[in-house]
Amino acid sequence: MKAFRYHRPADVAEAVAVLAAEPQAAYLGGGTNLVDLMKLGVQRPDVLVDVTRLPLDTVEELPDGGLRIGATVRNSDLAAHPVVRRDYPVLARALLAAASGQLRNMATTGGNLLQRTRCVYFQDTSKACNKREPGSGCAALHGQNRDLAVLDWSEQCVATHPSDLAVALAALDTVVEVHDADGPRDVRIADLYRSPGTHPERETTLARGALITAVRLPPLPAARRSTYLKVRDRASFAFAAGSVAAVLNLDGDVVRDVRLAYGAVAHRPWRAYRAEEELRGRPFSPELAARAADAELAEARPLRHNGFKVPLTRAITVRALTELASS
Amino acid sequence: MSTGAVGRAYPRLEGAAKVTGTARYAVEYPVDGVTYGWAVPSAVVRGRITRIDTTEALASPGVLAVVHHGNAPRMAPGPQPELRLLQEPTVHYRGQYVAVVVATSLEAAREGARLVRIDYDTGPHSTVLTDDHPGLYKPDQVNPSYPTDTAEGDFDAGYAAAPVRVDVTYRTPAYHNNPMEPHATTAQWHDGRLLVHDSTQGATPVRATLAELFELPPESIRVVAEHVGGGFGSKGYAKASVVLAALAARHMDRPVKLALTRQQLFGPVGYRTPTIQRVRLAADTDGRLTAICHDAISQTSTIREFAEQTAVYTRSMYAAPHRRTTHRLVRLDVPTPFWMRAPGECPGAYALESAVDELAIAVGLDPVELRIRNDTAVDPDQGRPFTSRNLVACLREGAQRFGWAGRDPSPRAGRDGRWLIGTGVAGSSYPARARPSTATATARPDGSFLVQINATDIGTGARTAIWQVAADALGVPPERVEIRIGDSALPTAALAGGSMGTASWSWAVIRAAQALREKLRDGGPPTGEVTAEADTTEEVGGQPALPRYAYGAQFVEVRVDADTGEVRLNRMLGVFAAGRVVNPTTARSQLIGGMTMGLSMALHEEGLLDERYGDWVNHDLATYHITGCADVESIEAYWLDERDDELNPAGVKGIGEIGIVGAAAAVANAVHHATGVRIRELPIRLDKLIGISDLA
Repeated sequence: MKAFRYHRPADVAEAVAVLAAEPQAAYLGGGTNLVDLMKLGVQRPDVLVDVTRLPLDTVEELPDGGLRIGATVRNSDLAAHPVVRRDYPVLARALLAAASGQLRNMATTGGNLLQRTRCVYFQDTSKACNKREPGSGCAALHGQNRDLAVLDWSEQCVATHPSDLAVALAALDTVVEVHDADGPRDVRIADLYRSPGTHPERETTLARGALITAVRLPPLPAARRSTYLKVRDRASFAFAAGSVAAVLNLDGDVVRDVRLAYGAVAHRPWRAYRAEEELRGRPFSPELAARAADAELAEARPLRHNGFKVPLTRAITVRALTELASS
Repeated sequence: MSTGAVGRAYPRLEGAAKVTGTARYAVEYPVDGVTYGWAVPSAVVRGRITRIDTTEALASPGVLAVVHHGNAPRMAPGPQPELRLLQEPTVHYRGQYVAVVVATSLEAAREGARLVRIDYDTGPHSTVLTDDHPGLYKPDQVNPSYPTDTAEGDFDAGYAAAPVRVDVTYRTPAYHNNPMEPHATTAQWHDGRLLVHDSTQGATPVRATLAELFELPPESIRVVAEHVGGGFGSKGYAKASVVLAALAARHMDRPVKLALTRQQLFGPVGYRTPTIQRVRLAADTDGRLTAICHDAISQTSTIREFAEQTAVYTRSMYAAPHRRTTHRLVRLDVPTPFWMRAPGECPGAYALESAVDELAIAVGLDPVELRIRNDTAVDPDQGRPFTSRNLVACLREGAQRFGWAGRDPSPRAGRDGRWLIGTGVAGSSYPARARPSTATATARPDGSFLVQINATDIGTGARTAIWQVAADALGVPPERVEIRIGDSALPTAALAGGSMGTASWSWAVIRAAQALREKLRDGGPPTGEVTAEADTTEEVGGQPALPRYAYGAQFVEVRVDADTGEVRLNRMLGVFAAGRVVNPTTARSQLIGGMTMGLSMALHEEGLLDERYGDWVNHDLATYHITGCADVESIEAYWLDERDDELNPAGVKGIGEIGIVGAAAAVANAVHHATGVRIRELPIRLDKLIGISDLA
């Protein structure tokens, strides 16, 4: 693999400055994805800027009732945090449904959000991939694409975003705190990720060198009744075949508020606004949930091997909401 | 004679060394002046290298050399054409190793490999097995030396005349062995002699292969395989890693360590061929089989014929007057398939034991009872009585332990909330064989004994089992016995494969121990070391050719999510009749390991080939799913107390493979019972079952 330098910055400003000065630098969090990609030659940074020693590893309760989660908080610590477990069960469940215990001990909050697709063509430098090498083509479009997108893909890229955490955060209207060359700023998670379009190599709206320093959960009492369902090809340690993050707030049997997001269907964690719209203000029933999922998935365009994702996502939408409604 | 070590649950002798990390594997030995090799795979399927540009690679820091067909040391043809690596510019399959980069560190070698520029002339390729492939042909024999086709009676007439018939076709994908330790080698040349530490199932056959390739007397080569992290058949013979490491070390005149990556194991070291199997069964209305036909199609490569003996299982498992089996092959532009745990029996039993389940349903008979009715004391293939056949006893004990009685046979009879519950059964059998081996036993003046044999412990517990056998044969407590294995400098022995390791090795060890006791009896107490040797070549070769088999019965309960189609294992239970069990701890591990691998075959594993690139794209453990612990909620293995005096002195049948045979069928049969849906193409994943709640 390519030789690289290793830098441990004293603070966030220094980390951002190094990235600004080095065209081929990368932030190193838990390394659970980046190091693999470096071995495979998919990512070839000159410098690794290790951000795990920065003081970004705390979970802080905010005066407004929300929660700020530092970017280097490890996935296992976050999943075990009592406030997260009590107020945002969808988040704890999404974290625990991901990877393995060893990986969760290493993986960070910020790194998790910026992990790369597990599309097999992206991870193999001997095959065509526009995301890895713009203009080289998309081998997955007509290749083995069982794991890939059914929504919002382009001829240039059919990759999915692999994170479970990001799906839960999308449902929670999370704000991502970012530090770049212009200083700190907030980015709504809905604005963080990009559709693949003609530039699948650009996965987020962040400027090059931007560092995620924290994610901020708004106060959302309804999230106490929330869940994350993930279906996998084996019982543990697999990326999602389908997943749903759901928050449901009923007034009697009428849906007052609902938040839904899907994993494994698109280039980004997929917030199901249309389904939410179908549900809001109506008396809840499993049939309504199914209609809502159908509305969301109406524009799905399955590839050759992944047609099952549409009925699967529909089935787990109904299950998640029905379970929440009866809890 | 027995002091009773055999049959006791000793922990592995090397267990402490392994769990504390002091046990050394092939590339973990410290070597002065060592260099690191990185194998470069071809990026095309079929073609010819027209140019190799090593300029950039050689300029990369730490890179010492690039070895390729233009500069590699020459090798003799050798026994397996795919091992003649770096000798010519021809490429036969994607992933074929076409160069080795040698560097001062592993990372530098890897980076150098990326920088080797290779141009190819390419031609069209064919990499997908189909049942109408124009290249289908009949091989002269199937592995290892069975007739390609067999026929007794008149199948067509018998089948046509029967009141109940089943005609079904099953498909299995490519499976990849994926031992935890990859194929890995440290190679060193000293004064024309070659020392390799290799991850192999047999140091003796590796030495023989290297001797042929490098045209050396076997005494000039030493192969050490003290600890091996699994093989599942893929390390049964010398593979690319040892040849490349030896070539590179000779080229460099320096020691070379070379380990293949996980990705590089998908193909070039062998895999289980995909199969397409048509099974036709006919029976009378009582469920007695009258006609059996099994037609198996599999693939081989363009460089060597490997004919998986898929239908051989069917020749001896159940009796019927009219019988036929056939094998057909296609030569594809793929790496040569190779052994994977129970080659032949494993895919063959999946098809036959699934078809038997379909027949039981067609007849309206319980599948355990149908198997019992079709039991036979005489091998239908050889026409001779089995030396022992306890299939029925396994079925009965398994049914009793599992709670099979009273099962409602109708599909979808069981339900627990959203889960559909079903149960399934399958039979298992595997040949009990032995191969010639040699061993020595030494008495030392201090009252201790040394037993030496080039057996290999690939993680099975073989070292411990032989030690137990040796102690009993010497008539001393095992604590007084030291055992040395895993080195070609030790007395030559059979490889660890075909479930014949323990039978073969214990045979030689017992004979050596007996010879030593004879010597000691003549000579009184030893003042110096006294050694006796044994060679079982004549005795094993002179054994009458009788049908010797181990048997088993596997029972499975699954639950299937009616909405999502997810399949989960509730429990799995196997009962086996495999002769004498030497060590219950390690035996249980072998049996449940085999069963789990069968579960993995049924539900999870599938090599996904991309025809355009000609290779398997899901080539890592994140995307090629293997059953994990969480998938195995309950698993139990039992064995019968079986004595068979026609086997070998230790009375063992071998247990490494029987556990996987039939396991996938038991799972598939349970899925059918749960859902009413018969999936005849493995693996049974949720995409094949989603929406079943909407089905009638």
